[in-house]
Amino acid sequence: MSGILASMIDGLLVGSVYGLAAMGLSLIWGVMNVINLTHGAMIALGMFGMYLLFGLVTTNAYLLLLPVIAAGLVLGIVVYWMAVHWVIGRSELMSLLSTFAVNMMVIGIGTTLFSTSPYNVNFSLPGITIGAYTFTGNHIAAAVSAVVIALALQLFLYRTRPGKAIRAVADNREAAELMGISSTAVLTIAFGIGIALATASGALVSTMFPFTILSGGAYELKSFVVTVLAGLGKPAGALLAGVLLGLLEGALTPFIAVSWIPLIEFGLFVVVLVALPHGIFGRATA
Amino acid sequence: MILRRPFFWLVLLASALFVFIPLRSNNVLLREDLILVAVAIILASNLNLMIGYTGYVNFGNIIFFGLGGYVGLYLATVRGWNLMLAAVVAGVAVSLFALLFGLAILRLRGAYFALATIGVLEAVQAFVSNFNPWGRATGMYVSFSAYQPLGGAMRALWITYYLIIAVMALSLILSLAIKNSKFGLGLFAIREDEDAAVVLGVNATVYKAIIYSVSAFLPAIAGTLMFYKNGMIDPSIAFELTLSIEAIVMLMLGGQGTVMGAALGGGLYETLRSYLLTSPKLSSFHLVIAGGLLLLVVLFAPGGLIGWLYRLAPRARKVIE
Repeated sequence: MSGILASMIDGLLVGSVYGLAAMGLSLIWGVMNVINLTHGAMIALGMFGMYLLFGLVTTNAYLLLLPVIAAGLVLGIVVYWMAVHWVIGRSELMSLLSTFAVNMMVIGIGTTLFSTSPYNVNFSLPGITIGAYTFTGNHIAAAVSAVVIALALQLFLYRTRPGKAIRAVADNREAAELMGISSTAVLTIAFGIGIALATASGALVSTMFPFTILSGGAYELKSFVVTVLAGLGKPAGALLAGVLLGLLEGALTPFIAVSWIPLIEFGLFVVVLVALPHGIFGRATA
Repeated sequence: MILRRPFFWLVLLASALFVFIPLRSNNVLLREDLILVAVAIILASNLNLMIGYTGYVNFGNIIFFGLGGYVGLYLATVRGWNLMLAAVVAGVAVSLFALLFGLAILRLRGAYFALATIGVLEAVQAFVSNFNPWGRATGMYVSFSAYQPLGGAMRALWITYYLIIAVMALSLILSLAIKNSKFGLGLFAIREDEDAAVVLGVNATVYKAIIYSVSAFLPAIAGTLMFYKNGMIDPSIAFELTLSIEAIVMLMLGGQGTVMGAALGGGLYETLRSYLLTSPKLSSFHLVIAGGLLLLVVLFAPGGLIGWLYRLAPRARKVIE
């Protein structure tokens, strides 16, 4: 019994990182109705950003999150002007394809540079031992970082003028423009933040598990599941839904083969999408 | 009448060339290149029925191909059925599966539908990876003796090639027939404005479910033939999300919504990809080039090559459909 509990706690820790990744996807969807298919590639870039930085400066890996987030923000702005700005308001096929095109390019360049062999960030914090179980320090630190970043985002969105402008544009773009908000600037920043969240979560994953340039794809799919559970376009719910998904994984792992878990997750995903399109937390705010 | 469309005869002529050119020179390498081109055209033109005609983005289109491969290979090797019968039964089975799933997920529109198709793809892949009769994650192999009923492996490869070319021709003719039918007009109406189409008496629910199921049939048959030819199947090659999206790239490149666009895009993209993959300098770079190409098409020529041709020569619409 306590084994299940330990597994669930670890699931909860990992799940908060899923939640952070999903927040990025959800923010972009909520503000500009774009499903960002560069998400996985950006998570992978976060992983390799952390790996390269940690190779340069050997310090506490969690301090390196800040430069990774800053780089993610800049990268997001570049990607926005390269591929997203021109397809806003066109059919969803166009934004799906243009973001996927960027994804292909990033993965192609990444594969050329890093091949597809696994890497890891060689950094570990002391864990906490309770009874027969040890919770690794990195999982705890990653979960704490994820929650701190998520709270910082909430504060930004609800307490600052640019944050409020982002929420206004997400609510009603035309009305926001009439109030004098430059929607282009807001969309650029929102996309940058969404990508920064993806790179941050990638960096956190890299401190927990080994990764390859293709690993981002798996976390992208998990982000889809989490985003749909929370209801598309609701970043705050995404963290909670991520934790729930982590808990579910933790609770299932002791009982069934790991290879069945994707079936359960994606089955849940399709069922929630069809039956509860506004997510498990209730009605859409729009 | 479809027989009076010039494009119909063009399809037959092109298919005949696909058959005779490698046969006359007995060129096996050319045959292997052309078989990939044919499969690309089959995938792109059936996907076109969903994306180009109906306006629904199906990211999971490759499950039809993969599931068809699994069902067909299981029937042909484990159960020892005749290959053609196995392929047709696989096509029917996958179409029924698509009909059931379609009725559930086609209630979603736009991006929600696109996401759901990704979910279905991943769920099916996870299921097959755990399904014992189909060899779980290691997949299934075609033993050498399974080629005996067709007169040995060498003859079997030629026979599957002809069959795949036939499926390619059927795909294009099916696209053409639907485009020139009342059913096709209903689909176009759904693509332009689904609510308006419903008001005008198009039974959108039934139309969408039917076209989703129809678009599964020929790719499933092609899947059986292709994996039988390759001699093996496993979940990661049968349900590869990238392949699914490459089919969309082909369609965009050629021009969605047109029969010729799907064929042209499929042919061009596959040729380009095999050139890049086999060239020693560019092989790991092929994703970059394909991605750049896709981005350019999306941003600057959303109608694809055929859209560009139509703008250049509006009369071409009469012949190139």
